[in-house]
Amino acid sequence: MEKKQIYHSVKLEKDRCVGCTTCLKRCPMECIRVRNGKASILYELCIDCGVCVRICPHNAKVAQTDPINAIFRYKHRIALPAPTLYGQFRNIASVDHVLNALLALGFSDVFEVARAADIVSATMREMLKTTDARPLISSACPAVVALIQVRFPELLPNVANVLSPKEVAGKMAKEEYSRTHGVPMDEIGAFFITPCPAKMASIHSGQSSYVDGAIAIQDIYGLLSSQLRQPVPETLKKKRHASWQGVNWATYGGECAALHKSNTLSVDGIHNVIYVLEEIENGKLDDLEFFEGSACEGGCVGGPLVFENAFVAQNTMRKLVERMQEEDGEIQAALPEPRDDIFTAKPRVPRDTLKLSDNIAEAISMMERIDELTKTFKGLDCGSCGSPTCRTLAEDIVLGYAKEVDCVFKLKEKVEQLARQMADLTNL
Amino acid sequence: MERTEKETTYQETRRVQKGDFAAAGQISASYKNMLKRLGVDSKVVRRLAIASYEAEINLAIHTLGGSMTIIVYPDHIFLVVEDTGPGIADIALAMQEGYSTAPEEVRMLGFGAGMGLPNMKRCSDTFEITSELGSGTTIRMGFNLLN
Repeated sequence: MEKKQIYHSVKLEKDRCVGCTTCLKRCPMECIRVRNGKASILYELCIDCGVCVRICPHNAKVAQTDPINAIFRYKHRIALPAPTLYGQFRNIASVDHVLNALLALGFSDVFEVARAADIVSATMREMLKTTDARPLISSACPAVVALIQVRFPELLPNVANVLSPKEVAGKMAKEEYSRTHGVPMDEIGAFFITPCPAKMASIHSGQSSYVDGAIAIQDIYGLLSSQLRQPVPETLKKKRHASWQGVNWATYGGECAALHKSNTLSVDGIHNVIYVLEEIENGKLDDLEFFEGSACEGGCVGGPLVFENAFVAQNTMRKLVERMQEEDGEIQAALPEPRDDIFTAKPRVPRDTLKLSDNIAEAISMMERIDELTKTFKGLDCGSCGSPTCRTLAEDIVLGYAKEVDCVFKLKEKVEQLARQMADLTNL
Repeated sequence: MERTEKETTYQETRRVQKGDFAAAGQISASYKNMLKRLGVDSKVVRRLAIASYEAEINLAIHTLGGSMTIIVYPDHIFLVVEDTGPGIADIALAMQEGYSTAPEEVRMLGFGAGMGLPNMKRCSDTFEITSELGSGTTIRMGFNLLN
């Protein structure tokens, strides 16, 4: 039923998969099946949240990102570090030391995504003055945006039509670099240093992106750590930096805090986000001004592609933000102005992939058969059949992807029945 | 419901116990999933979700228990909410926004704002309510699926 191919970052390493049901049972979209002893992903439902990447005990679920040498495809290379990156190192002297380490890896320039977050915050503060959307929903977490496209299309008009900070960073970084160095835009490559696969997927999703690639934090962690003690050049110190509010976006609640509003809600963890979106869909939170959802627990610091433990990273981020609050007291006065050129070019469209059939009458008959079949299963949701629940097995059977005897209990019944028939025959 | 049985329909009935707040919202959540699987327009799904959620909460708060039945036709959905009492004394008053007989402990949970019945009426295309003191209330809501 898929209308067009959407790029996905989450992939399966078939050789490592042992066909256990760990990912099957935890996927929030119920889009994993184990068939012929190997997991497979129903990509039309996948939102690249990375839950399976994080929990697979055999590291068979991987997120496809770009290797560091991909940056050398471009003559001019800009690193766009997510603020989450700063929380990976327990004792950094300053943010500049991290930025300097990125330059040592071969980047020509760096542009903090946290700086773009400051601009997005400013723009959103303006937006909240005029919008009728209650609540306005953050567009920062691409897994949450994809979740809304698949499961909550009716809430799409509530999603802020502002670009995510990494896109704003890509756009501004290239424009600034092109202007100051006098080079054409297409010679500049902007690479996001990413904590998660969803951001990789959103770069390649077909919508035009200002970002040319994504490099996983865990892939360059080692390289960066070895460069952290290099002295920071004056030119880097003089660059425009992000405020602590932008840096604070790395942990959940940071985005809400930067809006300077009290009636906002931040929720972390994809299952919790689903729960609250259900409430919003039911009209139960119509007085809420803003909703920030992060697919990962703890926010971006809990991303599947980070190196440091999420809780330790949260603490490191908190300490960094507190230090920045003290240091940049004055810079606070110069928070960025809202911009009018950082909105999405096209409205976000539903990913209409849940329906059983394009014909509603046919879908109704299928639903009846699914209900009937579900009743015949034990309801243990054991996952042994390769579908996450008895109900999804019934759906898979009706859709033609599975057989009744994939259920171990049904198989046992069938075998017993056959054995009895054999016995009857031999007794004739 | 003057329709014939031969048409393609999908029907399910679920019970709601008196005072069962823990399960509140489960039926409307399952309706939402089911209707999205059927390919029903998302605007209708949302209206039905709100109406069925209000109905579910009403059954738990105000009644001795009851049932919700959804019947899906290719062009129409009916939602029938029935309870076994106590019945509504003054329907016109109950339909007024902000009027509620919900007790304090229910209001503490964030319910009982007096918007239940008005919300159901607002979200449905057709709305009928009949009630008899001592025997119960029946609400029939219709949702048009064409345009």
